[in-house]
Amino acid sequence: MMTRFHRTTMRFMLMAALCLTSGCRKHTPPSANLFPTSSEVAGWSREPEIRTFAPARLSDYIDGDAEKYLRAGVKSASTADYQYKDKTQVVVDVYTMNSSEGAKSIFDSEPAMDAQTPTLGDASRLYSQSLIFRKGPFLVRMVAYQESPQLLQAMLELGHAIETKLPG
Amino acid sequence: MKRFAEKTRRDFLKGCAIGALMAGAAPLAFAEDKVLPPGVNTKSKVVIARDPSLYAASATPDSARVLKLLDQAMQNFAESPDPVTPWKKIVRAGEVVGLKVNTIAGPGLSTHPVLVEAICERLQQAGVKPGNIVVWDRTNHELERAGYMLSDDPNRVRFIGTDAKGVGYDENVLTYGVARTRLSNLLTRTCDCMINLPILKNHEGAGVTLALKNMYGVNNNPDTLHHNNCCPGVADLNMLAPIRNKFRFVIADAMTGCFEGGPGYRPQYAWKYNGIMVASDPVAIDHTAWQIIERKRAERGLKTLADAGTPPKYIAVAADAQHRLGTNDPSRISLVEV
Repeated sequence: MMTRFHRTTMRFMLMAALCLTSGCRKHTPPSANLFPTSSEVAGWSREPEIRTFAPARLSDYIDGDAEKYLRAGVKSASTADYQYKDKTQVVVDVYTMNSSEGAKSIFDSEPAMDAQTPTLGDASRLYSQSLIFRKGPFLVRMVAYQESPQLLQAMLELGHAIETKLPG
Repeated sequence: MKRFAEKTRRDFLKGCAIGALMAGAAPLAFAEDKVLPPGVNTKSKVVIARDPSLYAASATPDSARVLKLLDQAMQNFAESPDPVTPWKKIVRAGEVVGLKVNTIAGPGLSTHPVLVEAICERLQQAGVKPGNIVVWDRTNHELERAGYMLSDDPNRVRFIGTDAKGVGYDENVLTYGVARTRLSNLLTRTCDCMINLPILKNHEGAGVTLALKNMYGVNNNPDTLHHNNCCPGVADLNMLAPIRNKFRFVIADAMTGCFEGGPGYRPQYAWKYNGIMVASDPVAIDHTAWQIIERKRAERGLKTLADAGTPPKYIAVAADAQHRLGTNDPSRISLVEV
């Protein structure tokens, strides 16, 4: 018959084994460090999951848009969901390209329309519900699904927080 | 894996007739229209119903107005005085009806749940049991993000992605032209027929994505069909028997459209078109969508899709003598705007 001590020890060993064979053994992907956590920028909260797509699977995320990124030399794309003040849903994508030229070519391919151009990264465009900027080989895209009066400023603040995390 | 030989069009029509006789089923008016060679007996009808107050001051369309708009479009298409009769021309009461939505772009530019709700209401009034309505797309994740609550309860309308446990892609590899692919079991095995519920969108590769291109959410390797502006990929994919045979009707969500930067959601390139488009001819409705997007691009000072390097050339290929999926000839399209 197993004692309480034995049962506890076995549980611990089982948990340790599970931990080693699953999530705990995984390294946190480098892209995870590019996304500010919930406590880092006032008003913003982030879902814990960060999804990262290798070039070969990029179309799973952005369908036919992937072709353009592949031509421009995308290395990976990571995405996280945010909420601003618990009501505005925002998706942030960070595309890591092989070079700054790749990020620039994507950025330049998109019509500026009536964008504002705040000081952010190497170049940026701000719209009422979206922000896009590039810095070195990184292209960052932020899309909000609702409008709100404070959103422009809030997106800029989150954008600056991401910018400081981009290497280089 | 088993490979199916594709049927010829004649075999397909013969099969439909025999199947209908064996089942003792009444013919379906719209389903028959779509398999006629384009423009032989009649024009392909495309109806666009629009309501400028659809969104009012809200971020989401008003549900009562959406139902009314859907009825306007459907009744006009079927020339029916009541809102239920048109659905009886599309589906039979005992069939499992698939509603193929488009949710890849997230909540900003996906088939609105409020439209799906309205369609489900009318289908049930036409005699389809709730559990025989399957709302589906590629993944559970995308469905949830677009605002759908997943459910596989057989007594309720089902909402499910192909990647859900126990679903997946059919083991049979189908081929036609450049398409060599496996299709969702939801189409091949679960559903008896499909109503296509795409979004009015620009597509950076194909130029336009509406009905025909929405089928890239049905197969397991859409990435292999994107080269050369998705041509002939889109047309070839739509020739595969399960897609061609089970397709019944298109109800396009054109409440919010996208004229640039698609298929993802770029709010700066989206606009409120406030419309619902319906047709039984997927080529005719795609051709019509193309013209709408071109007009909007011109209004916003953008190049034509051809000049931008993304002509939707698959539309003409879908209409050619080899594919004959519908007509892209404007003289054979009866466009009705209500």
